[in-house]
Amino acid sequence: MGKKDVDDRFKKFGTVSFTAITKTNDFIDYLENGKVMGTRCKDCGKAYFPPRSDCYQCLPGEMEWFEVSGTGKLVTYSKLEYAPIGFEGDVPYCIALLDYGDYKVFGRLDSDLPQKEISVGMEMKTVANTLPNGQLNYVFRKV
Amino acid sequence: MGKVGIIGVGQSTFVRSYPGSIRELAFEGFKEAMQDAQITTGDIGASVICSAPEYDKQRSPAGVFAEYLGLNPQPTFYVESLCSSSSMGVRLAYSLVKSGLHDVVAVIGFQKMSEISSSESQERMGRGADIQWESPFGTMMPAYYAMYARGHMEKYGTTPDDLALIRVKAATYGQLNEKAVYRKPVTFDMFTDPENRMAGPVASPLRVGDCCANADGSSCIIVANEEKAKAFSKKPVWIMGLGAATTTVNLAGRDLFSGLTAAQEAGKQAYEMAGVTAKDIDVAEVHDCFTIAEMMAYEDLGFAAPGEGKDLIKGKETYKEGSIPVNVDGGLLSKGHPIGATGGSQIRTVVLQLRDEAGDIQVDNPQIGLVHNIGGVGLYGNVTILGR
Repeated sequence: MGKKDVDDRFKKFGTVSFTAITKTNDFIDYLENGKVMGTRCKDCGKAYFPPRSDCYQCLPGEMEWFEVSGTGKLVTYSKLEYAPIGFEGDVPYCIALLDYGDYKVFGRLDSDLPQKEISVGMEMKTVANTLPNGQLNYVFRKV
Repeated sequence: MGKVGIIGVGQSTFVRSYPGSIRELAFEGFKEAMQDAQITTGDIGASVICSAPEYDKQRSPAGVFAEYLGLNPQPTFYVESLCSSSSMGVRLAYSLVKSGLHDVVAVIGFQKMSEISSSESQERMGRGADIQWESPFGTMMPAYYAMYARGHMEKYGTTPDDLALIRVKAATYGQLNEKAVYRKPVTFDMFTDPENRMAGPVASPLRVGDCCANADGSSCIIVANEEKAKAFSKKPVWIMGLGAATTTVNLAGRDLFSGLTAAQEAGKQAYEMAGVTAKDIDVAEVHDCFTIAEMMAYEDLGFAAPGEGKDLIKGKETYKEGSIPVNVDGGLLSKGHPIGATGGSQIRTVVLQLRDEAGDIQVDNPQIGLVHNIGGVGLYGNVTILGR
């Protein structure tokens, strides 16, 4: 009796991942191929970011993937001088929120972006990113 | 069914590091409330134990505390809603009493934060957000509230100097509150002096001085039905209004970044149930985990119009002698924020105010008080209105 393979692809997400097993694990494959994806309910059309495997509007909803493309407006951000445990190597970094209209994306600002070039309301794009420790996330880049 | 009242209040002195275990810490708040109510453990029908998990190693603290506090064989259970745990416990106690299931319910809030390091503590708090989609970016409470501070500044022109004034007020009253963890003055100059610790950046635009202190502490609120309240207490304080609401954990699901919609909704419900408006509130305790949180509370509760919270603090209207005294016990900023104990501590302050027992921080003849207690980054909103 062999041990069943566990699909724990999500352990690759973030500087530190707290979730290994999720039905949205395909997100990681897309990220590895440079794409940031959300899901949409095929029945009611509701878009979800972050992606979900369930639609609460139509319970039996079947989901399909869509790509986060185009630009979103920078809603707000903050530059952290201290980090929670596990993230000390990243300091300083900025957490931020982009508004794409139908959905918003929470993530980090590109670490190469100079402070003086950041302003609330600026248009940015979401880009798949590989962290120094080999983990994956996504960051917001100036357009 | 009648009214539901509070017959006993207590809290431990909030400290950086409590020299005892969590059960001993919980006993401190409980003891003071029992002495205040002058009842025995046999008078209590049930207990509700409140805290945020993962700061200590006790799984299921309710059972252990019921044993230590002498509350067996009565039912007990654990309630958690992050920083609003103990005021949510009071909401639950109200329901247990109002339904007739119990006559008297003790709500014990506690938190011992000193058993883990500061960065471990931030890690726990960062996991109070969406652990799958937000925490992997390295989130923590100051940074989330900082995003709201920036949102408020962009929308209304609020400045870091406006926020500093709130910290100065908190320290004014922290010095007068023997239960507070931080008893020192904080002056405005500390924020403008780059050498001063208070001015050091934490998560832009928030600085050290904008943030509350972790602490160890416990609180206890004893809730009773009208009949028992009048029998046990010379000065029962009545629970007139309750309101509670949520917003999405993930910031990506929200639309407002200059106020907390859960607080606005909870406030509306509480005002409606109590049959009062913001103008009727004589004294308030709000959730000032960060200076910006108090600023937003002024607006979310209707003490000031959106964007005009800064006028209240600049005009000293929220000082003890002002038109709407807020956090005149030092607030979370100076009194400290032992997560699970905070709601109960806020309620205790308002109860003492309404009983004219608040000593040096007594507001002049208050009739109606309000407690605004928030869990996480405006994730859980809980508002309680109390009256004589």
